[in-house]
Amino acid sequence: MIEFTIDGKKFSAPEGTTILQAARQHNIYIPTLCHNDSLSDYGACRVCLVELRWPKGGGKLVTSCLYPVSEGLDVYTRSEWVLKTRRGVVELILARSPKSEPVKKLAAEMGITEPNPRFVQDPDNHCVLCGMCIRACEEVVGVSAINFSGHGVTRKVCTPFNEANPVCIGCGACSYVCPTNVIKFEDSGSTRKIWEREFQMRKCEQCGDSFMPKAQVEFMKKKLNIPDEFFNKCPDCR
Amino acid sequence: MTKLNTREEFEKLSAEMKAKTAAAPTTISICGGTGCLAYGAAKIISAFEAEVEKQGLSGSIRVLATGCHGFCERGPLVLIQPLGVLYTRVQDKHIARIVTETAKDGKIIEELLYVDPQTNEKITKEEDIPFYKKQMRIVFGDNGSIRPTSIEDYLGIGGYSALAKALFTMKPEQIIDDIKKSGLRGRGGGGFPTGRKWESCRKAPGEMRYVVCNADEGDPGAYMDRSVLEGNPHSVLEGMIIGAYAIGSSEGYVYVRNEYPLACENIRKAIDAAEELGLLGDNILGTGFSFKVFITKGGGAFVCGESSALMQSLEDKLGEPRAKYIHTVERGFRDMPTNLNNVETWANVPLIINRGVEWFTSIGTEKSKGTKIFSLVGKINNTGLVEVPMGMSLREIIFDIGGGIRDGKKFKAVQTGGPSGGCLGEKDLDLAVDFDVLSEHGSMMGSGGMIVMDESTCMVDVARYFLAFLEQESCGKCVPCREGVKQMRKILEDITKGKGKEGDVELLISIGETVKAASLCALGQSAPFPVLSTIKNFRDEYDAHIKDKKCPAKVCKSLIKFTISKKNCTGCGACLRACPVKAITGEKKETHVLNQKLCIQCGTCLESCKFDAIIVK
Repeated sequence: MIEFTIDGKKFSAPEGTTILQAARQHNIYIPTLCHNDSLSDYGACRVCLVELRWPKGGGKLVTSCLYPVSEGLDVYTRSEWVLKTRRGVVELILARSPKSEPVKKLAAEMGITEPNPRFVQDPDNHCVLCGMCIRACEEVVGVSAINFSGHGVTRKVCTPFNEANPVCIGCGACSYVCPTNVIKFEDSGSTRKIWEREFQMRKCEQCGDSFMPKAQVEFMKKKLNIPDEFFNKCPDCR
Repeated sequence: MTKLNTREEFEKLSAEMKAKTAAAPTTISICGGTGCLAYGAAKIISAFEAEVEKQGLSGSIRVLATGCHGFCERGPLVLIQPLGVLYTRVQDKHIARIVTETAKDGKIIEELLYVDPQTNEKITKEEDIPFYKKQMRIVFGDNGSIRPTSIEDYLGIGGYSALAKALFTMKPEQIIDDIKKSGLRGRGGGGFPTGRKWESCRKAPGEMRYVVCNADEGDPGAYMDRSVLEGNPHSVLEGMIIGAYAIGSSEGYVYVRNEYPLACENIRKAIDAAEELGLLGDNILGTGFSFKVFITKGGGAFVCGESSALMQSLEDKLGEPRAKYIHTVERGFRDMPTNLNNVETWANVPLIINRGVEWFTSIGTEKSKGTKIFSLVGKINNTGLVEVPMGMSLREIIFDIGGGIRDGKKFKAVQTGGPSGGCLGEKDLDLAVDFDVLSEHGSMMGSGGMIVMDESTCMVDVARYFLAFLEQESCGKCVPCREGVKQMRKILEDITKGKGKEGDVELLISIGETVKAASLCALGQSAPFPVLSTIKNFRDEYDAHIKDKKCPAKVCKSLIKFTISKKNCTGCGACLRACPVKAITGEKKETHVLNQKLCIQCGTCLESCKFDAIIVK
């Protein structure tokens, strides 16, 4: 076990634990935007910044989602430097997506009610480029139907060349993990529309609900070696 | 040439080549660096070869097409050895005379000599020209005496003898110890102690260890790594092989941008030649040590010069950095321990092994040893690549070596360290240039870019320019760099357009501090430097733009107005003809008039007027 302190209190955790994991285990609140327990951490949103202080003086800000605890590490989650910088970061995110409710909520936590009027704002933009959709698609689903394209300010999430991607199974995991609810899919009767594609849905024999895209059924059958009959009924009727 | 299998075979060949070089007849060394090639050096080189042939002098005069000599401002450069005579701005029509009079008869051609603009004196020898006199060209100097891709030439100046010394007389730990003691620090920007990096990599557990050369130099206006790789690729390769032996690596990569075609070609040829001689590849010189080097061409993204992004790109992935809480020396390329050094750092290694720690530590300052190559560009008389001992003052570099500011104008600022470096002003001119001093003063060494600006440069516009560059080159992964740089650039743009608001400077500082502290990689962490340093050193210019809506340097188009002086205008019509939007009217020999509604503030009239009649306010 490794011993360290967070906000002056002593804790211990196994090697490889990140500061964020350790903090959450002990109910110490650190806000995040691009962290999800089921996904690898990426360090893009910088909201989870904490301050490390060195024994000989000085220190630095690191992202708690990626930084592993180490012996004697001295972590501060609410120092003046942390709060000021975190606020600065959230102000930048708010200017990018001023109409996004989850972003507004995060900003309100820091006492920011309005985007800075001096900043360029993009009211139609709700995507904060956290990349959770991409990691969910790659790491959890295992298909990598979407990724970032462009770089810098032109960066966006899309399918290759913005075209219908044959590897997409229409599962909607990207939409599920999106922290700002920007990835939407349309289910209308027997079809689902997502990422430039229309998927035919499998119907439940019992209740008649369209519960899963047929492409996803095929993908799961193959990946998990499940017989087709398993999908005759929806999870509720099973 | 046949493969060398023992130390004796190497020493024999090395001695032969050295003897051949020592006995070399008169040499006409012509700079074939990128700058001189742009001046038409390729034609000059073939014309010299033809002329020597024509005069039947091939036996006594050798024509060498070399890499960059550094004095790009005066190219094409022709150096006659052993006389040491340098001719600058050489043209086709001079070639026959140079061959007959100087190379053959040893006579000096006065009109081709360099004239010192300060004293108006003609200078015969290269070493006496102020541009070269104060330099210490230990890494870069050999460029002028070898053909870049000739391994014979490189052996002739003692090339690969450091490798032989390392392989046959030193243990890997001993080499690392020497590099540590030498105080060599990374020339790519970070200034991290090279020996310590090598040691960490050697000690890191892993089935493989990789050695990588960072040749992804991407700073606007900087080309020192390019010129070393183009002009002396074997020196870089030799450094890498020694490093690989010390670290315990069997595979290396040169990551070089595709925009450097000659560098790509020359390092390729160097690798092939070294492999053929058994200096690279399997069982090097019969020692049992094997090391292979591969070339990976980068697409030119600035961020790929950052170590973790570079390694992503090496793996054919999107070049974006990752958090380096676990260092790349432990887990880098393919998740294995990887040692990355830049071109210039590698090229220093053979020198340290050959000439010793004591010699190397005698050069430089307490914490920055050796020399540094700078790419001296901007509003300076002697544009070029200069190599100076660490600790030389900015004043000496800019005024003694660089020959001062162009057109008799006044010095205003110098930006060191590339696009994300800071701008230092007049009061900083006596700072000793080393890694720590520059950082302490809000700039950085970076990889050695040095852009000199004069009184006609607007510092707000400079900050805007570099932020626009960094905005484009940000990978976009983390919020502070992607969004913060964008907001700062926008505010700077507003200020230069006369739309600056009270409080903008404070806001720029505040965003800058956030971006500096919160960004993921060094690109973002240093991106605010151009803004923060210009605010610190040139605050009055910001205030003039914001409060008085004036651009003191008369650069920002929205804030300046061109008018024609009734007193000075002779009605010659030069401005009228030059104006691209026909904003100037007037009869011959009568005062002309400029229509403000049509004027686009391009400044063409100002350049065309010979009577100082165009007034800029």
